Amino acid sequence: MDDSQQQQPAALQPPKIPWRRDPAVRALFFQGALIAALLWAIVTVAGNTARNMEERGIKIGLHFFDDVAPFSIPLDFFPFWSFTLGESLYWEVFVIGVQNTIIISVFGIIGATALGFFVGVLRLSPNWLVAKFAAAYIEAFRNTPLLLQLLFWNFAVFLPLAPPPRQSWTLGESFILNKAGLYLPNPVLTGIGTVIFTVSAVAAIAAIIAMRKWAKKRQEETGKPFPLFFASLAVLIAAAVLALLFAGEQVSFEYAELKGLNYRGGARLPLIAFALWFGLTAYTAAFIAENVRGGIVAVAKGQSEAARSLGLHHGATLKLVVIPQAMRVIIPPTISQFLNLTKNSSLAVAIGYPEVVNVWAGISLNQTGQSLVIMAMTIGVYWVLSLLTSAALNYYNTRVQLRGR
Amino acid sequence: MAGAVFTPIAARPAPAATVGALGWVRANLLSSPINALLTLAALYFAWKVIPPSLDWLFFNATISGGTVAECKTAGEDGLIVDAPGACWTFVKVRFLQLMFGLYYSGNLDQVWRPVLMFALFVGLMIPLFVRSFRKKLLLGAFIVFGFPFVAYALVHGEWLGLPVADTDQWGGFMLTFFLASVGIVGALPLGILFALGRRSQMPVIRAFCIFYIEMWRAAPLITVLYMASNLLPLFFPSEVDFDKVARAMIGITLFQSAYTAEAIRGGLQALDRGQFEAADALGFGFWKKSGLVVLPQALKISIPGIVNSFIELFKDTTLVLIIGLFDLLNMAETASRSPEWKGYDLEAYVFTASVFFVFCFGMSKYSQALERKLHTGHAR
Amino acid sequence: MENGNTENTEKPAQNGGAPPQNGNGEMCMSLNAVNKWYGEFHVLRDINLEVCTGEKLVVCGPSGSGKSTLIRCINRLEEHQEGRISVNGIELNDDLKHIDEVRREVGMVFQHFNLFPHLTVLQNLTLAPIWVRKTPKNEAEEMAMHFLKRVKIPEQAAKYPGQLSGGQQQRVAIARSLCMKPKVMLFDEPTSALDPEMIKEVLDVMVELAREGMTMLCVTHEMGFARTVADRVIFMDEGQIVEENNPEDFFNNPQNDRTKLFLSQILSH
Ligand SMILES: Nc1ncnc2c1ncn2[C@@H]1O[C@H](COP(=O)(O)OP(=O)(O)OP(=O)(O)O)[C@@H](O)[C@H]1O
Ligand SMILES: [Mg+2]
Repeated sequence: MDDSQQQQPAALQPPKIPWRRDPAVRALFFQGALIAALLWAIVTVAGNTARNMEERGIKIGLHFFDDVAPFSIPLDFFPFWSFTLGESLYWEVFVIGVQNTIIISVFGIIGATALGFFVGVLRLSPNWLVAKFAAAYIEAFRNTPLLLQLLFWNFAVFLPLAPPPRQSWTLGESFILNKAGLYLPNPVLTGIGTVIFTVSAVAAIAAIIAMRKWAKKRQEETGKPFPLFFASLAVLIAAAVLALLFAGEQVSFEYAELKGLNYRGGARLPLIAFALWFGLTAYTAAFIAENVRGGIVAVAKGQSEAARSLGLHHGATLKLVVIPQAMRVIIPPTISQFLNLTKNSSLAVAIGYPEVVNVWAGISLNQTGQSLVIMAMTIGVYWVLSLLTSAALNYYNTRVQLRGR
Repeated sequence: MAGAVFTPIAARPAPAATVGALGWVRANLLSSPINALLTLAALYFAWKVIPPSLDWLFFNATISGGTVAECKTAGEDGLIVDAPGACWTFVKVRFLQLMFGLYYSGNLDQVWRPVLMFALFVGLMIPLFVRSFRKKLLLGAFIVFGFPFVAYALVHGEWLGLPVADTDQWGGFMLTFFLASVGIVGALPLGILFALGRRSQMPVIRAFCIFYIEMWRAAPLITVLYMASNLLPLFFPSEVDFDKVARAMIGITLFQSAYTAEAIRGGLQALDRGQFEAADALGFGFWKKSGLVVLPQALKISIPGIVNSFIELFKDTTLVLIIGLFDLLNMAETASRSPEWKGYDLEAYVFTASVFFVFCFGMSKYSQALERKLHTGHAR
Repeated sequence: MENGNTENTEKPAQNGGAPPQNGNGEMCMSLNAVNKWYGEFHVLRDINLEVCTGEKLVVCGPSGSGKSTLIRCINRLEEHQEGRISVNGIELNDDLKHIDEVRREVGMVFQHFNLFPHLTVLQNLTLAPIWVRKTPKNEAEEMAMHFLKRVKIPEQAAKYPGQLSGGQQQRVAIARSLCMKPKVMLFDEPTSALDPEMIKEVLDVMVELAREGMTMLCVTHEMGFARTVADRVIFMDEGQIVEENNPEDFFNNPQNDRTKLFLSQILSH
């Protein structure tokens, strides 16, 4: 080979490319230029920042983490990590902010998913009126700003309409809603009660898993279907009843009680947190409903026709053919909506819910002036959350991808 | 045997119960017992919600006069209480403020400037929707890249030798309009660059573009605004001084550029591979290929995506309330907190919501129609 | 018939003694003065049709003449507004039970296959037997493999529909219907979305099915298939049956001008 190549006349040899036209050289040049520009920008910005901070007399660093935070957090809502004025440190403020972001997001996601699927299915109802109402809901909530909705729910609906504690709206003794928030009974377990309740919960779950296996096996062997949903429900109820029978004395509920001007005790969700949850749920549900509608519509009509012509009932057609296919379309954008909801929970700063942007990027930043560190950490929180979301999305997509040529 | 002649049976009208109003009601409201029940429930709901809302919004509402007294009536025991309907008098009295901000509502002789600006804008937009108008592209380009300067000149005033209304005196709907427009216009060129970069063969450039796009998309806009107002001044030498509005505009533009880039990337992906190959076959270099073949088509396909992200941006401009700018929402909030009009926040919210709804709903319908049109046009 | 018997698929059906040309004379399906409207549009006009067990009918006609609508009415994918349809003695009306029964007896093959893309070929085939006929999974799978062998693609059982060629997909669709042991098979242009070589694969399966005595109603423009298999050919136009004849006479000696025109058009190339 080598010989023959060497014997080729010069004209047949690959011509030498002038370096200006060589794609490899060009690529190297452009990329080098980009790196140089970036380096220059970073150095300049770093220099400016250092100078500016110096002028303001602020030393960049993490030393302020262990200082006592000299302020109170607007709303006392600290389910897992509490805050004491004059004792709690800055880093604890950050932890509390993240905690409250996660709490409101988790509950918002649950609420928005449930409401969104419900409205999305109504949107496709054969009943014209119902479908139009669902459409009106979706359009109204999608086409107005979330911040406006949050302010509306908080300042125009819940705050003015919620009654003062003495005239609270109550549902039995368990649910109490007033200006201070929503009170729920707080379960208190003592002694062996904790053990019994844990054991019965674990046993019930194990029983349900075993039952699922058994039901599947039985159907495969004999063809007889099994009403798994209702059976599971029965098992759960039975477990709860049994546990109450055996350990009834060890469980008590701490109810909120009116003491003086206010309710004490019980589990309290402050009204602002409730309004925020409500607003985020209602807003995000409109987007999820649209995904759900789109997903169901995307399943070709021929699919359900084929299923029905095979003799499958309406319910079985939905369960076995339409929903599994629709879910592939619905779930990815819905996961993105979960992330959006989490990011949107930062609007809470406008109504004073103590999540991370409010207490960290807002209050703590103003107090310490450590804008660089604090902004980096705040945005870092959302980066981590969004990386987790994309990881979940990728996992889902690779798992359920339809196989085709 | 000569063939029989085919004489079609004349079409008969469908049974009365299946067509017309009756058929429609049967098919859409009463097709099954459950459906009929749902209809009843929906009617009950409508009866409970719609008449009282209409009463509040229109029939019992007040719009006359110019003071809060118009919206009060004497209650049973002789006390003065709020009238049962909405108090649109409030919105009427504060209308200029809500539209153009404090500077213009305080300098009535200058109001013609923002009014002229909006009138010009609407006048320029109309031909875009006229089917027979041929120079849409040219006009569109002028609206996007030329008109902002005209608008700035008019509203700011310095270039035209008019009394100066500095950006931090801008407010109301006008500010909302400027924030959103600057965001989308500034984001467009950046978005194009980053979308192309994200599809580049050069690893460093691609990585940088991915990092840039995902970095902005992961952060909530409010943190971007906080960054713009807290960090931006730190990054520049202290002689450079941006006012609050300019900082917000920079933040919004960078933020929006990531979303625009993703919308355009969608368009690039939807483009047939053959187009790239044809351009290569014609011997175009990168810039010619992008500018003459790829982008004109990809941009057209990505218009619906860009419009959708613009709708989100338009709604999100309200976030500047949190960093203390007086956009439409903040103006309305503030007005309803003023001593005179305290307690009319519902009116403020409803008015603001309707303004946003009209624009966002209109744009989303437009984008859907466009999508449908493009979809049929590009069927492959 | 109910319990997974495969014998009727191996031998000719019970009515094997009857002349294959005309079925055994036992009524299987009847349509009586059927009329249907889509909104104001009168699609089916006074359709009268009787089909005997084992009979094979080919329906043809110009596009939009209502062929698909007609056969979709037979398993109630579409509702008719006037007249009566009964299948195997079951009257098709709003009674859900009747609809379920009829759909179990009638298999349907669609132009675009309509296989379930999220299930494997085997799962496509066993879905209805398991959930409708309550067949144990093993039996259902055995039966599915049996029918896959009959349509000559047993090796594709574990694949997903998207991984098969069009002809293979349509054969899977036929097998899927057969797994429900239908008494009647409806075909709506089963080959018109396929390339020529694939058409042959599918038609071979259909011819074999016909030989075994299945009652078939087939919308198709494959005139070769009509000549070899059909007992009767029905020509439709503007929502009505224009002509109905045995294939011999239908092709060689059409009675109606409209039929002649149609035949000259489709046979001209
Ligand atoms: N869901 C529907 N709503 C309204 N009109 C319909 C509907 N389905 C079909 N039609 C109309 O009914 C007529 C008959 O349609 P059908 O599909 O039965 O025709 P076809 O004979 O199968 O035609 P092709 O050979 O093209 O498949 C057509 O004019 C069609 O436009
Ligand atoms: Mg058809």
